[in-house]
Amino acid sequence: MTLPRTPSQTVGPFYSIGLSRAPQNELADPRDPAALRLIGVVVDGQGTPIPDGMVELWDPVGRRWGRSGTDSEGRFSFVVTKPGTFPGEAPRFDVLVFARGLLKHELTRVYFPDDADANAADPVLAGLDETSRATLVAEAEDGALRFDIRMQGDGHTVFFAH
Amino acid sequence: MAEGESPVVLPDDPDAGPEVQVDYPGYRSTRWRVAERPLVTLPEEFHSLDGPVFGEDALGELDDDLTRQHPGEPIGERIIVTGRVLDEEGRPLRGTLVEIWQANAGGRYRHEVDQHPAPLDPNFSGAGRCLTDDDGRYRFVTIKPGSYPWGNHENAWRPNHIHFSIFGRQFTQRLVTQMYFPGDPLMEFDPIATSVRDPGARALLVARFDLDTTQPEWALGYQWDIVMGRGGAGTTPLENPR
Repeated sequence: MTLPRTPSQTVGPFYSIGLSRAPQNELADPRDPAALRLIGVVVDGQGTPIPDGMVELWDPVGRRWGRSGTDSEGRFSFVVTKPGTFPGEAPRFDVLVFARGLLKHELTRVYFPDDADANAADPVLAGLDETSRATLVAEAEDGALRFDIRMQGDGHTVFFAH
Repeated sequence: MAEGESPVVLPDDPDAGPEVQVDYPGYRSTRWRVAERPLVTLPEEFHSLDGPVFGEDALGELDDDLTRQHPGEPIGERIIVTGRVLDEEGRPLRGTLVEIWQANAGGRYRHEVDQHPAPLDPNFSGAGRCLTDDDGRYRFVTIKPGSYPWGNHENAWRPNHIHFSIFGRQFTQRLVTQMYFPGDPLMEFDPIATSVRDPGARALLVARFDLDTTQPEWALGYQWDIVMGRGGAGTTPLENPR
């Protein structure tokens, strides 16, 4: 017997009353000397920031989770330390993106810019062309990590089936 | 606003299955936001890791009773909404976090962007959380949310609905959806509901009124079961390689 799955629907524009009542964006203690800010902007296919989006991070090795809504300029922010690794893979967070207009959330990943060798050997990154691969690697910016999420168009972020 | 534009509702497609049509044209916000397709398929062994686990310590005492979160009682029709969270084999998903949010009885969200000229209710926040029990069951007490207009097309109104987010066992198993109420005349005009083009699948979004769940002299009862996919299409669970 297989039961039919319940379909997905959008979070809509008002998700924050239910999903981000309190800050949940710290996957690491900000006082940890290794703590980094992971910031970025979610933009639509016209380059317009998405102010009613939400991003979640999951560290599949350390089993840490966090959530950040986007602000009026589409910005999200987390406090993280770099995750551990699975054998043969580069450090990464799994990322879910939610927003008004997304009838189903999207899955992507963020890798780290100082792991060039590990990233080159990572089986998921290695399966992508150079342009696509670059969309999944954060950039170092003023002591933080910057990871912008582009939903559509040139340079759009790679999203994974799920 | 889209003055003069009629709702775009595509015909039912009984073969569409449970997947929502993510680029459904009638829901205008999809146009510039839906992620570029095709999606990239991950190698199978990466899918079935685990996901966040939340304990009772993540919850407040009254998180599952939206009618008791303020000094007074909210205005509206008191309801009980309950059901089981199951996987496709019918097994309960135990201890998984269920989060809900909704408009008040007048159709207004407690959110700064919501400008619908209906009153806010000082005794209603519209947010709840609970963990499923050993049978996979969740249960909330709340009030029936009102319909409200939105700017998608001319004279656009959302059917009564409660937003749900359910974590499941794996990060990629996550489900965010909306529960509707039986007999809602707005549903057929609603491009969010009709973006599920298989009418059989769409019916799975509608709760069932249940007299046994209804508490005499107190609250109407609705049952709504939720079936989660496996998270990572077509894959079988693997051991976490940690």
